[in-house]
Amino acid sequence: MSSVSSIPSIEEEIIEEFSLFDSWEDKYEYIIDMGKKLAPLPDEFKKEENKIRGCQSTVWMVSEVKDGRVYYKADSDAVIVKGLISMLIRVFSGQKAGDIVSADMKFIDEIGMSTHLAQTRSNGLRSMIKQMKLDDMAWNAAKNQS
Amino acid sequence: MESVMNLSRFDVQKIRDQFPILTRSVKGHPLVYLDNAATSQKPKAVIDALTDYYTGYNANIHRGIHTLAEEATAAFERTRETVRSFIGASAVEEIIFTRGTTESINLVASSWGRTNLKAGDEIILSSLEHHSNIVPWHMIAEATGAKIKVVPINDEGEFQFDEFEKLLSAKTKIVSVVHASNALGVINPVKKIIDAAHRFGAVVLIDGAQSTVHLDIDVTELDCDFFAFSGHKVYGPTGAGVLYGRRTLLEAMPPFQGGGEMIREVTYEKTTYNDLPYKFEAGTPNIADTIALKAALDFVTETGKAAIRAHEDTLLEYATTELKKLPGLKIHGDVEKKVSVVSFTIEGIHPQDIGILLDNQGIAVRTGHHCAEPLMNRLCIPGTSRASFAMYNTLEEIDSLVRGLQKVIKMMR
Repeated sequence: MSSVSSIPSIEEEIIEEFSLFDSWEDKYEYIIDMGKKLAPLPDEFKKEENKIRGCQSTVWMVSEVKDGRVYYKADSDAVIVKGLISMLIRVFSGQKAGDIVSADMKFIDEIGMSTHLAQTRSNGLRSMIKQMKLDDMAWNAAKNQS
Repeated sequence: MESVMNLSRFDVQKIRDQFPILTRSVKGHPLVYLDNAATSQKPKAVIDALTDYYTGYNANIHRGIHTLAEEATAAFERTRETVRSFIGASAVEEIIFTRGTTESINLVASSWGRTNLKAGDEIILSSLEHHSNIVPWHMIAEATGAKIKVVPINDEGEFQFDEFEKLLSAKTKIVSVVHASNALGVINPVKKIIDAAHRFGAVVLIDGAQSTVHLDIDVTELDCDFFAFSGHKVYGPTGAGVLYGRRTLLEAMPPFQGGGEMIREVTYEKTTYNDLPYKFEAGTPNIADTIALKAALDFVTETGKAAIRAHEDTLLEYATTELKKLPGLKIHGDVEKKVSVVSFTIEGIHPQDIGILLDNQGIAVRTGHHCAEPLMNRLCIPGTSRASFAMYNTLEEIDSLVRGLQKVIKMMR
């Protein structure tokens, strides 16, 4: 058995962490810190086909499947987006193929970050989530075929 | 309404009282609205004009014989006269109402371009253009085989006039340049550009989206062939824009769109077209917003463009001085001749992060490439943060911006 917690339990952890912050500064400093700590994506992956373009910032994302679990790596040129990416990776990377596509992502709303998803053109985040789910579907389909 | 024109000192508080939105707060902070180059806020006079129209005399214009239609038509045509006078055109027939600058440029590119451009002809643009003064020309160039030539700028975004002169030739058919850059605020030497282009028989379109709110516009004195602007950047409603065109050119151009209003006679075999300006205004126009545009332009005229300009110059100078004190901050387009726009980057901080963290402090700026990707590529930056000032902004708001940025720098470092 894998040691990875389920999607809802990681989401719950994040909601709890954010509940400790009582100012927007603390919340964003935490996100900025996560963004800075996110392992940079090696340059070889920063190519056009892995690019998710937003109007303002760019996101790169790759995924792979190992033993039926989907692993994501991603990066961005903007730090707050990177922090949000880091959370998405924490929730979804290592989950069973097929589990990610159905996640409702309510935690983003609960930690007060949904505005970053609403602005479709301003960053690649919304598109990144869509791509994460599409990749999950594709890996799941491939798994079921083999 | 008492005119503020005669005030010896620019009374910014009195101006602010005319803009209801300025009293709201954002995320617990008083709103500091510094995104005026994207769209300006609307004074009460404009909001009232919209309400008056819909509550008092809403009707379709030009065709109705009843009282409401007559009142609406008269109000709509009064805006045309106000626009004519605001930009110094000689006749109302030269004022075409559009949705905005983008549609105005598309109208010229499509209607003038289709009949006047052929393979081998050249269209000259500058490196400062907004996508709306690039893409319509790409489209018509693809359709006709004409070529696009681009005038370079220096590192501060200044138009290189010598290089422009080298590009001019008998092949040049149209020069379409921005009056003031939306991304940097830099003002182009449009009078010189127009005169030089005319010596080669080329026509000139001036994109006045950013300049009309700040500078005195006189299309007759400029001698431009087309001038485009958007009402919503001049304190007016969205969706009400203007194309000025020289009468002889407009008369020779085919209609842009077909439909009602623009016809004289229609049979299933043939349509004959209406006179100017109606030939270019197919369908029911944006009546309410066009009527309210008059209130916006009157408001600017009554306040006094010179007084507004002086106030905005004070804001620009103060912002430029104060922002430069911040560590790692660089202003792009730091030149003498510019409108009240400060576009900047801070070393090591992505513009989007700046925008998000300022928004959390109630400060609205624009971040990104400002729909001018070729310009950002030229300056080798992914984008900038842009603070743009209007008549209602204050020195205290610039202090808020500076404090806001100090906080951003502290949080990001």
